[in-house]
Amino acid sequence: MKISLGPIHYYWSKENIEQFYRRAEHWPVDIVYLGETVCAKRRALRSADWLDIAARLTDAGKEVVLSTLALLEANSDLLQLERICANAHYLVEANDMSAVHLLAGRGPFVIGPHINCYNAETLSLLADLGARRWVPPVELSATTIAMVQNTRPETMETEAFAYGYLPLSFSARCFTARADNVGKDACELRCINDPEGRALFTQEHERLFTINGIQLQSGIPCNLLNETVAMSEMGIDIVRISPQLAATEFVIRAFHAALNGDGGSPVEYDSPACNGYWYGKPGMQFSPVQGD
Amino acid sequence: MNHRKPELVCPAGGLPALKAAVDNGADAIYIGFRDDTNARNFPGLNFGPEETARGMEYAHRAGKKVLLAINTYPQAHNWAVWTSAVDRAAELGIDAVIMADPGLLRYAATHYPDLRLHLSVQASATTYKALEFYHQRFGIQRAVLPRVLSLQQLWHTIANSPVEIEVFGYGSLCVMVEGRCALSSYITGRSPNASGVCSPAESVRWEETALGRESRLNGVLIDRHGLNEAAGYPTLCKGRYYTDAQAYYAIEEPTSLNILDVLPDLFHHGIAAIKVEGRQRSPAYVASVARVLREAIDTCAADPARYLVRNQWTAVLDRLSEGQTHTLGAYHRPWH
Repeated sequence: MKISLGPIHYYWSKENIEQFYRRAEHWPVDIVYLGETVCAKRRALRSADWLDIAARLTDAGKEVVLSTLALLEANSDLLQLERICANAHYLVEANDMSAVHLLAGRGPFVIGPHINCYNAETLSLLADLGARRWVPPVELSATTIAMVQNTRPETMETEAFAYGYLPLSFSARCFTARADNVGKDACELRCINDPEGRALFTQEHERLFTINGIQLQSGIPCNLLNETVAMSEMGIDIVRISPQLAATEFVIRAFHAALNGDGGSPVEYDSPACNGYWYGKPGMQFSPVQGD
Repeated sequence: MNHRKPELVCPAGGLPALKAAVDNGADAIYIGFRDDTNARNFPGLNFGPEETARGMEYAHRAGKKVLLAINTYPQAHNWAVWTSAVDRAAELGIDAVIMADPGLLRYAATHYPDLRLHLSVQASATTYKALEFYHQRFGIQRAVLPRVLSLQQLWHTIANSPVEIEVFGYGSLCVMVEGRCALSSYITGRSPNASGVCSPAESVRWEETALGRESRLNGVLIDRHGLNEAAGYPTLCKGRYYTDAQAYYAIEEPTSLNILDVLPDLFHHGIAAIKVEGRQRSPAYVASVARVLREAIDTCAADPARYLVRNQWTAVLDRLSEGQTHTLGAYHRPWH
């Protein structure tokens, strides 16, 4: 199995983004997804800056994929999407049907986790249009994914969201701005101050969600490190690690070790994690590995 | 202004609500079968085969249409349940089917080329490019847009859309992009996309405690209400949480969408249909809302330039609203 580094969900400064990917050149990841998927207002990097990063990562032997917005609202969002889809060098990850429409019949592309591909019929339809890899929606269970795997088109690769805060929902509203009691139009890109999102707690101090601008994520990270054997048996081709400002390298090396036969016994996590969706349960739950 | 009057599309969770909608001015009534093929899969709600036929007869006799929502996402283990729902809809001669799943849309378009297809709000289509996709691939004739676009964005989408556009006009407000929300399954295991429910009733618990009346969803504290506070249904995005010191409605307050203020603009830009949310609501709710919107639409159609929202309409609708208040939602920029 390969390891991919998913798109950065948060808003980081240009320096942080560039430093992160300079380090990533040396990490044992095979595929790197670049670009903004959450909010069109986040423009710390221009397209040319992203392409510079893409070129360096390609030189470092990584496969680069340009990722795209999940929620498009303004016409300018659509124009930007058209530019990305028209690029001649890199695969594109579609996260909205607008992107699928623009990419259809123009060569291979990737179905991101925000495309609602819940069954084999939809996957086969998307394959006919040129999709060659899909990231199942995060709420799909291992059992469901395995059933789709049984009939997936021959050229299709499957990439599972294996580590990180789960992207659970999108809104027109910015919850970061709302938390600070300002409107989205006056947000001043304040989410740059939350490089790992902002924790949302219940009145009993349980960390329920993570606010990331217009996106809500899980309150604790999903961690499928102990499922790599099962994933391999199901024919999953790629595990996706979702970037955090800190500790991403540690996570990547842990997965790399597990995938290379170094993961003898299940890892005891020292921080809360969830894997409920994988077992067909509420996503926030955690089940120990179900081995034999 | 040559645009035709938009259709009023009202919800029905059962035969009495369908009759109430027909009798009080709906042009079309949308329903769902009694299973998880639709996004209001609540206990005691929806239509069996015989009720569907009777409902259609009642509506058709009055010259109204019946639309059927098959708008959740089937999975491998239950795919056949969804295709058989499409088969039944076609056999019954339903006026249109409202769908979201691309695989299922292809099934319907291939097997029943004469079946009219509407794109459900659950398909999350927010751009005319996405609408082109569904139109070209499956021949959809109408799309219901998620409640995320501002009015300017909506006008642009309508102007470039290959299909008719239907928008929500009144009812409970999904603050998230419909079809793009797994918050409910994160807490309860069941989501609108996969199971047709959000914050399902079987996961809800109410508890009286020393700190107040607590509402829980699968054990998670959604809100805590003081003695004199009205406590609504604990939909998870309408709970009070905190990021800093004080608990607040971090996601959305209990409120309902109401577009009466912008009705003339919707006419002007050629909206095809205005939809009322609430298949889970009572026949009395459906009757009241249908009556108000019928009167408002007819008033606007008669003379859009002199149209004014009547206080009485607002009063009736606010009484039926969550939190007894209303909002223009995403249509109004400050809401964002």
